[in-house]
Amino acid sequence: MSTVVNPNAPGTGPREAAPAPVTGRRSAKPVMSDRARSERKLGWMLAGPAFIMMLLVTMYPILQALWDSLFSFRLTAPGEKEFVFLGNYATVLTDQVFWRDLWITVLITIVTVVVELVLGFALALVMNNAIRNTRGLLRTAILVPYGIITVVSAFAWFYAFDITTGYINNWFSWLPGIGPDFNWFASQWPALFVIMASEIWKTTPFISLLLLSGLAQVPSEYTEAARVDGATWWQRMSRVILPNMKAAIMVAVVFRALDAFRIFDNIFIMTQGQYGTETLSLLAYRTSIGRLEIGLGSAISVILFVCVLLIAFIAIKVFKVDLAGAGKGR
Amino acid sequence: MSTKQKVGWAVVSVLVLFYALFPVASILMTSFKTPADLTSGKFLPTQWVGENYSSIFVGQARDLFVPSLINSIGICLIATAIAVVLATLCAYAIARLDFPGKKMILTVALAVSMFPVVSIVTPLFNLWRQIGLYDTWPGLIIPYLSLTLPISIWTLTAFFQQIPWDLERAAQVDGATTWQAFRKVIVPLALPGVFTTAIIAFFIAWNDFVYGIGLTSTEAARPVPAALAFFTGASQFEDPAGAISAAAIVVTIPVVLLVLLFQRQIVSGLTQGAVKG
Repeated sequence: MSTVVNPNAPGTGPREAAPAPVTGRRSAKPVMSDRARSERKLGWMLAGPAFIMMLLVTMYPILQALWDSLFSFRLTAPGEKEFVFLGNYATVLTDQVFWRDLWITVLITIVTVVVELVLGFALALVMNNAIRNTRGLLRTAILVPYGIITVVSAFAWFYAFDITTGYINNWFSWLPGIGPDFNWFASQWPALFVIMASEIWKTTPFISLLLLSGLAQVPSEYTEAARVDGATWWQRMSRVILPNMKAAIMVAVVFRALDAFRIFDNIFIMTQGQYGTETLSLLAYRTSIGRLEIGLGSAISVILFVCVLLIAFIAIKVFKVDLAGAGKGR
Repeated sequence: MSTKQKVGWAVVSVLVLFYALFPVASILMTSFKTPADLTSGKFLPTQWVGENYSSIFVGQARDLFVPSLINSIGICLIATAIAVVLATLCAYAIARLDFPGKKMILTVALAVSMFPVVSIVTPLFNLWRQIGLYDTWPGLIIPYLSLTLPISIWTLTAFFQQIPWDLERAAQVDGATTWQAFRKVIVPLALPGVFTTAIIAFFIAWNDFVYGIGLTSTEAARPVPAALAFFTGASQFEDPAGAISAAAIVVTIPVVLLVLLFQRQIVSGLTQGAVKG
């Protein structure tokens, strides 16, 4: 980016006015007109407050976490605060609990994103092809899970499966292994199953709406031409429609993967992370706010943050997703 | 369309409706059950009662629920209002003016929206306790901006980029003042976008749970989702399931109403903000 004006703060705008032409000349560009210069200043004056606010509410806490993570620091014993450099990270990375939680987090992320992609695409196809008078109804219904609070959805699923309040055991008692005494939330896999089901229910609509708008962007001449040339439904889907939706699919996958990696609400409600259902977010919360181990908890927070960065980085580099592409389409 | 196709579509539509609405119906049914019915193992209540609703509004669960409902409404509205005002200015600048760093602002907004909330809540928990923002409204409004601002900037930028700004100049040529041209031409075009963005931002703030349980400790600021998690701790209930379900239904109603009323705008806002090109 050939940034000439320092874009740091809107407050520096007026003071910047004087040196601006100098830097303009040095970079051998035609001297900026007054109009262009005032437009730059106005641009940053309008955009600056939102920009600074975003940095303040996120950058500051993460830097603070980075700093705190270097200390052995428990709120219950504030006098014993001690600089341990990377000691907390060593503690975390050699702890089996951390690796188990990381594995559970990755597992939940992969399973939910794959299922949501398939289910979301099916829903998008239904909405795309639905007859006119049901289309609006379906789209409205599909928005209901999106709008519902995750905690409420977690309770809905929890009460349906719970051993005392649930009716699922009753309904499916004909299946082997399921009876009135089957406790879904007392062992790892059944609990993970319900947790993932609730996550999938709640967030598939989002993926499906993204895919629907991707479907709408596939030029209809292409599918028509393929149909005229005698392509079957499956051929049209795999050779014409899906390749043309690649951008929408990638964006949907990346957004959902980053979101799923931070899963917290439904696990907190359903199992509190017991029976091997704890994820990294829960571990960080339990360590810092539950046990008041600020140093250790900050280290986990930083690791979680780095994982999310890594996912985003891989997505952008490997899959070449242009996440910030909206800026250019002016 | 043949009868067979019609039947096929009817079946598919019913399946989709079932998928989208069943868990809601499930918790709605639980909210009407008597304490005895809760353990019946049946989907429908054998006897429909409203006592769960009365318990959260006037009964023993009132002190847990009503203050948190007021907190949630107030905190979310303020966080939404601040985010929408700041994002409107920002998106206007990005869509309309030529200045360096536009792409950087959008990238930062995207990065912020991907931030793990738990990574922010730990340092804030400690800091808020030191400076007295722990368990207060501003102590939640400020972190909520990390949720509401980025999505507001993205959706509003997408909306504003579609406004034909030349109309403003055309109005000026026809004799309108700058202010008149802006107010009579641009504002009506921009308002639906601003409104949609406000609804989406409100949804996201209303949904928050991590900040809610991490940064509050009493009914002074605790929002509804966090309060629901604490219902269980109130041992005076035989089983809090009924009361929690009733409270869940109460906080779901405004969301469902907004969805029903503005379904078209919400869909276009969500997809325009997220997918471009």
